[in-house]
Amino acid sequence: MMFAAATAALVIAMLLALVRALLGPTMFDRVLAVNSFGTKTVLMIAVLGFLAERPDFMDIALLYALINFIGTLAVLKFFRYGNFARAGGRAPEGEGD
Amino acid sequence: MQLLLDIISGALLAGGSFFILVGAIGLVRLPDVFARMHGAGVTDTLGAGLFIAGLMIQGGLTLITVKLLLILVFMFFASPTSSYALANAALSQGVKPWTADDPKYDDPEPDDTEDGPSKT
Repeated sequence: MMFAAATAALVIAMLLALVRALLGPTMFDRVLAVNSFGTKTVLMIAVLGFLAERPDFMDIALLYALINFIGTLAVLKFFRYGNFARAGGRAPEGEGD
Repeated sequence: MQLLLDIISGALLAGGSFFILVGAIGLVRLPDVFARMHGAGVTDTLGAGLFIAGLMIQGGLTLITVKLLLILVFMFFASPTSSYALANAALSQGVKPWTADDPKYDDPEPDDTEDGPSKT
């Protein structure tokens, strides 16, 4: 019962994150909303494992947390440099990394 | 004993759900990227922390609890790192932070797709 209530709260929060991802207005708002959506997905997978009484879903949740982090950084890097391979070829002035 | 554990974990799950909802509302309502990152941070720290603590009590002393702890530890490292990367990228690519001088200060509606504070 309480797992179902927690799942319902997560679904509502995920819908709100999707609203922000659709509204934008900048690319960074969308990246932030998708990152937040991913965090909620990790929690959702974890709680669904308990809801379905198969708590070995936790491996998938751990994997999704890793992918979510790397994905956010990859999207940011892609929109800044235009590809994933080169480091800082077309960086703005004074912005080395 | 089991009832007590259920009550504690239910309270933690309810608190986590509350903070997750508050963070999601902030994500929609706040005026610009940097303010919205504050809302996302509430979800990532207090929301996820309480939520996973509630699940850990349900898991008991098993491998499931260890995996949940790993998720929590990783999330506490990843969330500030990606927030920093996002804020750094937004600032260096010319997003102006929303200030009190903004003409929409008295009317902070989030549907500012045309003339809002967060220009691309």
